[in-house]
Amino acid sequence: MLRMLGILGRIWLGLILFFLYAPIVVMAVMSFNASPYYQLPFEFSTRWYQEMAANDQIITAAIRSVLIACATTVIATALGTAASVALFRYDFRAKRVLQALLFPPIAIPWLISGTAMLIFFFSIGIGRGTPAVIIGHVALALPYVIVTVSARMSSFDITLEEAARSLGASQWTVLRRVTLPWITPGIIAGALFAFAVSFDQFVVSYFLSEPGDTTLPVLIYTAIRKGFTPEINAISTIIIVVSMALVLFATRNSKFGGES
Amino acid sequence: MADNLTPDDHKRLFTLLSPAYLWLTVAIFLPLSAMLFFSFVSDMPGGDTAWHLTLENYREFVSNPTYFTLLRKSLLLATTVTLICLLIGFPCALVLAKSIKGRSREALFLLVILPFWSNSLVRIFSWAIVLRGNGVLELGLNAVLPFDVRLNLMFTTTAIIIGLVHSYLPYVILTSYLALQAISDDVIDAARTMGASPFTILRRLLIPLSATGLIAGATLVFVPIVGSFMEPRILGGRVGTYYGTVIEDQFVAVYNWPLGAALSFLLLGVVLLILGLASPALKRGAV
Repeated sequence: MLRMLGILGRIWLGLILFFLYAPIVVMAVMSFNASPYYQLPFEFSTRWYQEMAANDQIITAAIRSVLIACATTVIATALGTAASVALFRYDFRAKRVLQALLFPPIAIPWLISGTAMLIFFFSIGIGRGTPAVIIGHVALALPYVIVTVSARMSSFDITLEEAARSLGASQWTVLRRVTLPWITPGIIAGALFAFAVSFDQFVVSYFLSEPGDTTLPVLIYTAIRKGFTPEINAISTIIIVVSMALVLFATRNSKFGGES
Repeated sequence: MADNLTPDDHKRLFTLLSPAYLWLTVAIFLPLSAMLFFSFVSDMPGGDTAWHLTLENYREFVSNPTYFTLLRKSLLLATTVTLICLLIGFPCALVLAKSIKGRSREALFLLVILPFWSNSLVRIFSWAIVLRGNGVLELGLNAVLPFDVRLNLMFTTTAIIIGLVHSYLPYVILTSYLALQAISDDVIDAARTMGASPFTILRRLLIPLSATGLIAGATLVFVPIVGSFMEPRILGGRVGTYYGTVIEDQFVAVYNWPLGAALSFLLLGVVLLILGLASPALKRGAV
């Protein structure tokens, strides 16, 4: 069985990896091609990156995306870490229900969450715009933070807290000097995931951002629908590189999916 | 962990938990309730026109066969993509979990799930570059093959399926991998020493024992695709009209929000039904 899986399996895995990365690589390569029509022969040029850098709309949207992602990261990490600590430390009746409530933001299609938020925010007067986008992004990022921090927390030895307390440390000191340092890698990972979720989020931003005042993915969607422009290649390549780098850092800080 | 919480503990518990759950209430649960309410009104309250409660939006769905046809089309698309993802993702997870060991497994696993964390819109866009007529795929194939091929897959259902498989395949690999990893190698070895063929091992052992992971993966693929609109729009062009794109139109083009709310709510019903059917497996899998 295992031997048979050997060669064929490795070929299969190779094909899958090729399938997953080929279009991204093609896009990255084409972003350095001088021709605007993705034509060959390939002629190296940084023309599209220069045009992108000179495009005010793209730069403004990029800055807005980063600011929204930063705000989302700070809020989601703070709220998520607090909730993880509580969910881990205490046993109470509603715990399973509360944990189950983390499921809907991930499981419900973003189209539904996005349109529901739009309707609700309009009816209570928040309307569209950056605050609405941040509220939505935090909700989508929270479950990821809680899951990541909780995963790190599960390796925490609760007797350490008891030991600290028996030595006279207050609850708050225990949290600050014992528990938080231990789960810091989980918090960092959760924060990076939150940033990645927000930075990559398209659907909810699409329904909640004001026309002409959008995030990068929304701007890209509009541009694609109007017709391909090679600048979009350049900015898309940057987005892919940034989000993959973020997640690589996050996985190094958590045990997400790894062995041992 | 103490079961008996002191009043102090209760206070601390409340302080730590309430911000996160208050946020989820405002951003997820209240909006969903509001959507249910607004799916029963004739016009958005607060506008210039008067509004009243009505069943008209749901009657529209029932009386206009287009919506039902599109919902069926979306369900069919989701089924197709899910099956393809399972068929190509499960073997991949099997190789990762059972055939590759040590650090290279960790690295390969990370490589497989990494794209899932990067912008799906951008990845769909990258397929548009590859698939378009006279695009990279066509040029590449023509360079290798002796005869001329005209693919022009862009703006076809095939293109939509390729893009969606690319977006959601990592989910299936992730969940199958976690389930397969939990199966002890000893069990497989035991079956083999008893003379079971690889196919029997797969059919009687590996697939049943990893069923929870497969179902979890299938659900994670199926549910979002039923509501997809961006992928069909970009890769499907004119053929890319689905249930999700109709909902998008109600909100951004037609501005018939009550109808959009009703259509969204019917979609939510379908999604909840599917999640309900899969939930025993999801609970046991608990990925």
